[in-house]
Amino acid sequence: MDPRRTARTVSDPKVRQVGFFTPAPPERSISDPPRFQDPIQPPSPSPTQVNDHSPSGNSLSPVMIPPAHHHSDNFLRTALQVTSPTKAFSYSAKTVTIPPENEDVASSFSPGRKVVSAKSPSSFPGVKASSVPASELTTVSVVNLPPGISEKAGGASVEVQNDRPVSAKTLKEKTSKAERRALQEAQRAAKAAAKAEGTKASSAASKVVTSANTKPSKAAKSSSQKNDGSQVAASEKKGGDRAPEKDRKKDAPHPRMQYDDKSRVEKAKKRAVVKQTEARNRVELFRHLPQYEHGTQLPDLETKFFELDPMHPAVYKVGLQYLSGDIRGGNARCIAMFQAFKEAIKDYSTPPEKTLIRDLTARISSYVSFLIECRPLSISMGNAIKFLKNRIAKLPLALSESEAKSTLMLDIDRFINEKIILSEKVIVKHAVTKIQDGDVLLTYGASSVVEMILLHAHELGKHFHVVVVDSRPKLEGQLLLRRLVRKGLSCTYTHVNAVSCIMQDVTRVFLGASSVLSNGTVYSRVGTACVAMVAHAFRVPVLVCCEAYKFHERVQLDSICFNELGNPDAISKVQGREEINYLDGLVNQENLQLLNLIFHPQVCLSL
Amino acid sequence: MPDTQALVNDFLNKLKKRKIEGSQATAKQTAELLRSVISQTRMPYTNQAAALIHSVKAVGERLIAANPVELAVGNVVRRVLHIVREEDLSLTTAAMAGLNLSAESDDEDDTDRDNHPALSAAAIAAASRSTLRPPSLQTLLEDVPDSAAVPHTSSSGGDSEGKSKSADKSSRSRKLKHDVIEAVNELIQDISTCHELIAEQAVEHIHQNEVILTLGSSRTVLEFLCAAKEKKRSFRVFVAEGAPRYQGHLLAKELVTRGLQTTLITDSAVFAMISRVNMVIVGAHAVMANGGVIAPVGLNMVALAAQKHAVPFVVLAGSHKLCPLYPHHPEVLLNELRSPSELLDFGEFSDCLDFGSGIGAPLLHVVNPTFDYVPPKLVSLFITDTGGHNPSYMYRLIADYYSADDLVLERRTTSGN
Repeated sequence: MDPRRTARTVSDPKVRQVGFFTPAPPERSISDPPRFQDPIQPPSPSPTQVNDHSPSGNSLSPVMIPPAHHHSDNFLRTALQVTSPTKAFSYSAKTVTIPPENEDVASSFSPGRKVVSAKSPSSFPGVKASSVPASELTTVSVVNLPPGISEKAGGASVEVQNDRPVSAKTLKEKTSKAERRALQEAQRAAKAAAKAEGTKASSAASKVVTSANTKPSKAAKSSSQKNDGSQVAASEKKGGDRAPEKDRKKDAPHPRMQYDDKSRVEKAKKRAVVKQTEARNRVELFRHLPQYEHGTQLPDLETKFFELDPMHPAVYKVGLQYLSGDIRGGNARCIAMFQAFKEAIKDYSTPPEKTLIRDLTARISSYVSFLIECRPLSISMGNAIKFLKNRIAKLPLALSESEAKSTLMLDIDRFINEKIILSEKVIVKHAVTKIQDGDVLLTYGASSVVEMILLHAHELGKHFHVVVVDSRPKLEGQLLLRRLVRKGLSCTYTHVNAVSCIMQDVTRVFLGASSVLSNGTVYSRVGTACVAMVAHAFRVPVLVCCEAYKFHERVQLDSICFNELGNPDAISKVQGREEINYLDGLVNQENLQLLNLIFHPQVCLSL
Repeated sequence: MPDTQALVNDFLNKLKKRKIEGSQATAKQTAELLRSVISQTRMPYTNQAAALIHSVKAVGERLIAANPVELAVGNVVRRVLHIVREEDLSLTTAAMAGLNLSAESDDEDDTDRDNHPALSAAAIAAASRSTLRPPSLQTLLEDVPDSAAVPHTSSSGGDSEGKSKSADKSSRSRKLKHDVIEAVNELIQDISTCHELIAEQAVEHIHQNEVILTLGSSRTVLEFLCAAKEKKRSFRVFVAEGAPRYQGHLLAKELVTRGLQTTLITDSAVFAMISRVNMVIVGAHAVMANGGVIAPVGLNMVALAAQKHAVPFVVLAGSHKLCPLYPHHPEVLLNELRSPSELLDFGEFSDCLDFGSGIGAPLLHVVNPTFDYVPPKLVSLFITDTGGHNPSYMYRLIADYYSADDLVLERRTTSGN
């Protein structure tokens, strides 16, 4: 077991941690017994890593059904922060330790959920409700808790256990099959372990639990935990074997919610804040992505404005702006979101009996889930939210509330400044060196970075001509065109079909990106790949400008596996040209489907 | 000729104002116009073919000048010229054969005998036909004597015709016109029915569970797909809308009413979807002599994407779209720029249109081309009414339909014949 675990740690590449993580060595395999030796474990990566794996980690993927309520996130996150492979276990374990409150909660949960109460044995095949007293399951948590507890010296997990009675009541969750499987395995392992160890484990467990309930963790405690861990680990190979495998699998980014799983879609719809009706004609190829009919949400949201108690008005405003399309572009959305969060944090006050960290994290998650419902997150926003949650989690407990809040706001400001504004400046500085007098530069759509490059080059006095290529249905190039012409750049405007005709005159192509993925794929607006391909055919150099905080570790081959689907009505109606109304009244015919893709990756092989 | 002149002027106007949409309609109307021109032409006694050719060229030149981008006009003009030459040749050879035979049978002392070397009628016919066509395997196998003498013989055959009885000559002159008009009628018929012939080949190319991509709207493609549907092939169609005319919407509507599973996508999403597509089927505006295609704008992008993903790119074109010219700088010379209002709303952008650089040139240009050039290496297959062809084969079809003398239609000071 040990050699394999160490091997696994070796195979854990640091470079996988793209995006912005604090520069601590990635400790995915925190559950390793050898690691228990180290009392000072860098806590920083784990929360973020775990956030990767957290099913409620909407920071990871834009297209996910929003996790239901922030309390559940609170719940999940603390549990998951423990270790990656065992998050399932600890989750369930913790749940079980509060049997009375869990009853009503469990009944409201649908069968597939991780949350289990002793009263609902069907949820866990591996667990017989009556035969598994709380202590046994606590054993499981012990196995996997130790690293978490030892690292969470501050006792963040303590708060979890204290908070659980309250949070479990309004639990909404989203688990993946992998986690449930892991959970079941853990249950079986726990049962075997419990049988093998008998009272010793339970006593140790209870000791651990009680010790966990006191604030600081001592080395002695951690050693006892370690013993338990190693014993339990040693006693059943199978469970242990599964654990590292699960761990290895968890190294990969968490698989996203696939929308063709009907049961989960139903569940999610019940919890959604924003009611969205699904489009009737779904393109088969994209069944795994949510397809909604837009236009029904705005009035609905407006009526809910005063009912949305936990929602901060600034966040609400930003959400509405996303929904209506007023704010577009990765940087703008990210900055708007952060400004809203700053407002929310400023107005935030910790409710009694809760800690700032847990509650604030949960609240931020709820805001994020609301924003997702308005419009799926972009990858840059996902990275930013990860950063924020990381900072919140790392707040030292000793800080008072106002200090914590001001620290957070400073952090946010610094993030915006460093990662977005300054990096844009650096990009611009480098990119203008690539522009020479007499160049004809082509750009596609409206990228904020490319716009800044062009304006800066113009200020420097270079003479060049810009070709703005635009496409339906958003026609974002018109905004860019307007801004450029106002500043005095000579421009040509055309649409994406004409790009082959115009490409022979072009000397360079500048493209912006929504994200750069781990296999070198550039992920950006639909149509960018067409422009890049034609440029390649005409041997025109293509430059992609992207800030580093938008990089992501995911991989993607084509635009089917992951995308955002827009409003299909935008295709059938041509704005400004009402005579083109051939498709009036046809939208709901069963043979006709309208497909409106928003994003599109372009594989770098073609460049 | 006054009525023909009026007809010609009327047609010229329509061409200049781009009132006629589509190459098939243009070709048909051109052919009909030329037919009436031919029927109105006064035929001299001698060299009638030359007179016909002259009058057709005169009108044809003006038609082409009215709309140089509409290549179907020039195609039809050249087809008609070719028909005239061919009919003339077949008539002369038949007459010559008849003369020879009569000479032999009558055993008269005929001057023609001295002019013609001792050749059989069939050999003369073959020889005269071979001058009109570039060498093919068939003609190479036949015995081809002095080919230089043969064109001489045709004109001298005319002279000798003149020497013969006048009744014979007038009947022959009527015969030439009659034959030419018959042939032009056939041409019109071909133009009208090219869709059916192409659609018949649909079953060979579309099978079960296929995904087909097309852009814009083409009647040929529509008929093609419907023919396959009628043969109970199941397939889906992705239609790219084809900005800025958005003809794709029309096509999608048509396909839906005929019961085909259709998805409408934006042009920018073509690259995204092409990996899931089995075949790209498009129509063309014109096919050039090198196999390149003048197609609605955006198809070069689609062809590049198809090549990258190894998806067959099939072009459907009626034979009236085949142009004997080679494309030189087709994006500029064979392209038409349409109104910018299709892209930009003038009202919205009026403030931008006011800006100017120091020399007063406007800062904002809008490019809205109508056509795209697809080079032959990107095309997998041409489906015409004569069957399926490789792009490198198109030049052979040109030899069948056009004669080399007609490629340049300007009248020279010397006799054009």
